[in-house]
Amino acid sequence: MSKKEAMSKQKTMSKQKGMDRKQTEQELREISETVLKLTKKYGASDAELSLNRGAGLSVEIHKENVDKLEYHRDQGLSLTVYMGQHQGSATTGDLSAQAIEDTVKAACNIAKFTGEDEYTGLPDAELMMHESKDLDLYHPWDLSAEKAIEIATACEASALSFDKRIINSDGASISTYSGSGIIANTHGFTGVTASSRHNLSCSVIAQVPKTDAMQRDYWYTTSRKREELESAESVGEKSAKLTLARLNGRQISTRKSSVLYSPEMARSIVSHFTSAISGGSQYRKTTYLLNSKDEQVFPDFIRLHEQPHIPQGFGSSYFDREGVATSNRDIVTNGVVQNYIMGSYSARQLGLKTTANSGGTHNLTLEPTGQDLEELLKMLDTGLFVTELIGSGINGVTGDYSRGASGFWVENGEIQFPVEEITVAGNLKDMFQNIVAVGNDIDYRGGTRTGSILIEGMMVAGE
Amino acid sequence: MNLLEQAQQQLFEPASLNDSHLDKVFSQLHGADLADLYFQSNRFESWGLEDGIIKNGTYSIEQGVGVRMVVGEQTGFAYSDEISFDALIASAKAASGISKAGQTGRVKGWQANKAIQVDSLYGVDNPLALMTEDEKIALLNLADKEARAASPYVQQVIASIAGVHEHILIADIEGNLNADIRPLVRMNITVIVEKDGKRESAGTGGGGRFGFDYFTQADRVRDYAQEAVRLALVNLDAVAAPAGSQTVVLGSGWPGVLLHEAIGHGLEGDFNRKGTSAFSGRIGEKVASKGVTVVDDGTLENRRGSLNIDDEGTKTNCTTLIEDGVLKGYMQDKLNAKLMGEQSTGNGRRESYAHLPMPRMTNTYMLAGKEDPQEIIASVKNGLYAVNFGGGQVDITSGKFVFSASEAYLIENGKVTRPVKGATLIGNGPDVLTKVSMIGNDLALDQGVGVCGKAGQSVPVGVGQPTLKIDGLTVGGTEVQP
Repeated sequence: MSKKEAMSKQKTMSKQKGMDRKQTEQELREISETVLKLTKKYGASDAELSLNRGAGLSVEIHKENVDKLEYHRDQGLSLTVYMGQHQGSATTGDLSAQAIEDTVKAACNIAKFTGEDEYTGLPDAELMMHESKDLDLYHPWDLSAEKAIEIATACEASALSFDKRIINSDGASISTYSGSGIIANTHGFTGVTASSRHNLSCSVIAQVPKTDAMQRDYWYTTSRKREELESAESVGEKSAKLTLARLNGRQISTRKSSVLYSPEMARSIVSHFTSAISGGSQYRKTTYLLNSKDEQVFPDFIRLHEQPHIPQGFGSSYFDREGVATSNRDIVTNGVVQNYIMGSYSARQLGLKTTANSGGTHNLTLEPTGQDLEELLKMLDTGLFVTELIGSGINGVTGDYSRGASGFWVENGEIQFPVEEITVAGNLKDMFQNIVAVGNDIDYRGGTRTGSILIEGMMVAGE
Repeated sequence: MNLLEQAQQQLFEPASLNDSHLDKVFSQLHGADLADLYFQSNRFESWGLEDGIIKNGTYSIEQGVGVRMVVGEQTGFAYSDEISFDALIASAKAASGISKAGQTGRVKGWQANKAIQVDSLYGVDNPLALMTEDEKIALLNLADKEARAASPYVQQVIASIAGVHEHILIADIEGNLNADIRPLVRMNITVIVEKDGKRESAGTGGGGRFGFDYFTQADRVRDYAQEAVRLALVNLDAVAAPAGSQTVVLGSGWPGVLLHEAIGHGLEGDFNRKGTSAFSGRIGEKVASKGVTVVDDGTLENRRGSLNIDDEGTKTNCTTLIEDGVLKGYMQDKLNAKLMGEQSTGNGRRESYAHLPMPRMTNTYMLAGKEDPQEIIASVKNGLYAVNFGGGQVDITSGKFVFSASEAYLIENGKVTRPVKGATLIGNGPDVLTKVSMIGNDLALDQGVGVCGKAGQSVPVGVGQPTLKIDGLTVGGTEVQP
């Protein structure tokens, strides 16, 4: 195909589809008011909603060819109504007047059939966010199809040309998305957020010469601002290096071992902890960390804290999904759990106050203990460095942990050879206590920021 | 009215769409090797119980149209949540960005071909309408009651039902109009038990392309509830699983998730066309033991993974993937089949109008063998008997796959003994089935709650298998083997 001609068509479209932020937000505000009025008309005592509208473009390249060119345009309304202590919900992707009225009616109808729940309802009005500043989350990219194709092609090319053992591509992708969202409720709260996110990724395949054995790995960069993205060449090169490092992977024999989780994998360890102290798992008693508030769950050098107002942060917001004001707080200090992660519903179940985490956490950081990756490998000395985990063998009630893994075998602090087709297993309660160090090699590409985590005393199963 | 007429009434009539509109839309897609419009409307309803209270219900309305244009290996795609002529034209213009601009002149006008009638595999049209709200709620209250009656150790019961009523209509550039009206229901029950200060939880469920009344039949709710309680109680007594490579006997039914991960994904046409699968270029090779035959069958009545037609309008099939140990074929959608010189196998599926179709599984299972399951267990000196599983995952390029057991027992001297804790099993897709040494005569399919995720898209699927003995699979336990 002629990329230039494709581009000329795209420009026309992007103008047609281009969204004016102010206009979009005005429309969403109007819909929000209409919906909340309708909930009263149909008998609701209270209601809360979220509304969003956004648009984007994504391009995937496979071996220098455009594999997919996709235009995204999404919108949706999610509504919860309360009739006294009875709750009903409805969602729609159709924001026509008729669909909106049908959605309100459906939610109100459901509330007539749900049971009386003493814990349900909006958070207290005085908890609503009153003051906010610009968090610098909205940097839309008027990316043309031609430019997108050019960047993704360059990214893939830098990976494919990196080494002759890179024999195939699993695709280089670029995407951009921006939009606006509203949270509103019948306390009179309306919170508007406009945000953007851009991604560039590359995945390639390497083969051990003269064999069938193939390996794949990838690298990606993501940001709210396109200027902050890594270069296409760098993303391509990193994906090639990671893939090549996996060649000639083999199993090791079953043994007890220390395990060093790379920053990308360490993030999952943090998320196992946060789900274990979520309000829902506490009040349902479905967690191995039941009643762990004020308990020593980690060694005393561990600090995990939440910073909801980091400019351009992926989890940044001045209010949670219920409109409750967010603030900086410690979740773990000196290894001791300070509080759970709750919205107002689970907080009421537990007789506690909401922590403004309805909808999730807002930028968590696991504070490093000072070592870089090289120093962590030295501390590991002999053991497993895990760079990929697959499967979800976690029992949230008992903390039993067993996942597929691949990575590298390390001896005397030096990487020896790649390892694959093994599992790592233990119990999360022990694993948290057995953390020895948290690296300063922090991965900033998500709402949870952590460096590598070194854990002693795990079971590695292989041959 | 037949399916097509009903779908047209639902999707075309509100926007007064007719053939001449479609003609104008397809004229925007001139020069396509493949182009289609996927119209969809979807009504979803769910109810949830916890603490003996119906805590919440959700109703959702989704609709829209996706426009796809394929030229060679390249796909252009755009969609709209508004079904109207203007929205279709705008989406078609965007999707055609993949093709050369300025292609004008029509070969011939678009005209609907005569529709082909298909007998429906589903029991009902609208699964949501068959029961009143009170009757749906009664099902959840029954689940709560049955679970609590099953054991005094039950502390908490969380139950939900969900149903979808979906209309789809696919118009392609060749003039074919294909429609489907798909019901889908499921029920899930999770229980938390506590005994002597130890807690465990377990979940079960079932469903398929039925109405909600499916759950009122044959004591299904009681069976799900009792099974969830049994499973949770078994796990209360579980000891640490042994770590390392060992003989594993997999139970029948849901353990077929092995096939889905180990070979299913690797045999999807897109990965093989691009040469990224560990199975690429291996048709005709021996990839499993003699006696192993695996199929993907979208034509089973009422099954969760079944479809009258796939999301490209192709009638679904029973496709043989492995026959007597030899790799026979891939699962294909139209794009990948065309590029590989094959025919679509009716496996082109998509999550919704806002997603592109890809080759996906339907119901994937292994045919029964001749062995008595009891004799299979008796043949193992020391090993693991794994009968229930959570999910799995696979790296299709290296072929390494995992699936996680949620109910498993030690086999000691040919006998099933103590329950062991859940553990992840890991293997290599292209050779795991060469280690199958015994195949049971007890083929069973799962109960109908499977969801498969690929490239960010989820679709309902089924799996199944007879009892299998595998000589050597790595078990991710924590206990050193004796």
